[in-house]
Amino acid sequence: MAQKKLGREIKLMKGNEALAESAIRAGMHAYFGYPITPQSEILEYLTEQIPSRHGLVLQAESEVAAINMIYGAAGAGARVMTSSSSPGISLMQEGLSYIAAAELPCVVVNVSRGGPGLGTIQPSQGDYFQATKGGGHGDYHLIVLAPASVQEMSDFIFDGFRLAEKYRNPVMILSDGALGQMMEKVELQEEWSLPYTENPWATTGKPASRERNIITSLHIEVELMQEINHRLLAKYEQMKEVEVRFEEYMTNDAEILLSGFGLCARICQKAVDLARAKGIKAGLLRPITLFPFPKKQFAQLGKQVKVILDVEMNAGQMIEDVRLAVNGTCPVEFLGRMGGVIPSPEEVLAKVEAMAESLFTVESGG
Amino acid sequence: MTTEFSTSEIDLVETKENYECVYEKPDTLTDIRFHYCPGCGHGTAHRVLMEVISELGIQEQTIGVAPVGCSVFAYQYMNIDMQEAAHGRASAVATGIKRVLPDKYVFSYQGDGDLAAIGTGETIHTINRGENILILFINNAIYGMTGGQMSPTSLANQVTSTSPYGRDVSFCGNPLKITDLIAHIPGAYYVSRHAVNTAGNVRKLKKAIKLSFEYQKLKKGTCFIEVVSNCPSGWKLSPRDSMQWIEENLFPIYPLGDIKVPTTNI
Repeated sequence: MAQKKLGREIKLMKGNEALAESAIRAGMHAYFGYPITPQSEILEYLTEQIPSRHGLVLQAESEVAAINMIYGAAGAGARVMTSSSSPGISLMQEGLSYIAAAELPCVVVNVSRGGPGLGTIQPSQGDYFQATKGGGHGDYHLIVLAPASVQEMSDFIFDGFRLAEKYRNPVMILSDGALGQMMEKVELQEEWSLPYTENPWATTGKPASRERNIITSLHIEVELMQEINHRLLAKYEQMKEVEVRFEEYMTNDAEILLSGFGLCARICQKAVDLARAKGIKAGLLRPITLFPFPKKQFAQLGKQVKVILDVEMNAGQMIEDVRLAVNGTCPVEFLGRMGGVIPSPEEVLAKVEAMAESLFTVESGG
Repeated sequence: MTTEFSTSEIDLVETKENYECVYEKPDTLTDIRFHYCPGCGHGTAHRVLMEVISELGIQEQTIGVAPVGCSVFAYQYMNIDMQEAAHGRASAVATGIKRVLPDKYVFSYQGDGDLAAIGTGETIHTINRGENILILFINNAIYGMTGGQMSPTSLANQVTSTSPYGRDVSFCGNPLKITDLIAHIPGAYYVSRHAVNTAGNVRKLKKAIKLSFEYQKLKKGTCFIEVVSNCPSGWKLSPRDSMQWIEENLFPIYPLGDIKVPTTNI
């Protein structure tokens, strides 16, 4: 690594490119991926940059091959990443299940688009269930980070590698086509600022001094398999204790709570401002980690607010977790847009106003 | 295990000191007993591969990839660092390992269902990239682990549990000669077909494996060795009859010998 270490820099960049640049700065050893809209800029940026910098980028013949190359390279102890968009992420689910089972660290970026099927190339949040509930077969979870800006597309790469290596668990960055394509100011982190971890479990060739290392997810004996299931569960419980991240906006005196992740959180924040200008006590709770989910924060605010409006770019997925968290303490309503349609702050405001109206009517009527 | 068998084992141990050891298990195999059926070629193929790794002194530099199939537990027997891949993905996993550890030796060990059916795409593209790995392909013309189903390399009219009236090639296609197919790919450096049915053939296989690791050291491209093997349980034959079946039925379709060899000497 003869090149000069790049310091913090402020640039105007596309979300996909900021993410790719950050992966290089985070000391990613290898990237394996396959082109798909709207995330191909990640692969393009890396194939352009890496030859004159550091790391390795390889275009695989499919997302299936890419995720299995990730398995192999992660198992060999490398810091690795792949990226794709919804249909491609579906193809990676088998591999992700194996990676989670074999407890290998890696970062997987989903710049998601509308579905089901081939769907549309426009932004969507329709992969929430797939991302947060496991996605492939068997009992497992990914750690899921949901960026809401180009800045976070950049920063979450560092957080992603750190969490993946801390827990030996795949981390998904669940973004969308809008965040991937839009340009914003971003402060890039310092190159090589993320230290490498020791990986004594990695298959790097067995010296005489240790037993052989085996990367596998196969456990035929039921008791052993159950023991491993318990070990994975304990890991997920620990994540729920210490890794939950969220953002609150004007929730102190809020009567109407908006909930949304990623792009919807930004739209909701604007809607809160508009509602406040009209004298409506609105607030926002934005989950940053979708798994582990900020359940406690929703439970607390559920007791404080009169109603929650959950806003998503899908048919209603995170709303199930919001409802589980508040456990009936307040009603949870939904505003959803699908097919690549992005809700506007005014649209959210109109719904908030209608909800405020009906609250007021109920109160005065009572 | 019978008492008789245990006793003979003890006798062997007791008398061992009086003899000069001329042949023993290589240090690259663990003490775990193979789970393979009596007469199965996997045990011999495992042993030959690990003998080569021992003799070349590359145990510390070699990482293997096990497939899904009968050899799914290969990592239990091979005393080296290993990864167990998803079905068909062994060569993609091997690619991932080799790309981040380019100076180590990497091999995948795969059966005909794994390599020539579900993993055909990965096989072809791994070789097309000329990955510097060894792909050891055990072809026994059947899915052994799942109980004897038809595989892509099953012969015309071969009776299996999913072709109970014999493989109808007009309906299921012909046996796929994937080794001949991949030999056309520029990334394939050395392609050779072998067997473990006779001592002579075992020796030839060993030589081919040794050669492939030498080529790997020189980063020449993908080495691909097919081992035409048997599956007495899947074929419903005795081990001895299965050996005869290989010669009479498999060799005419999958003839032994080099298919692609380097034009220049190393």
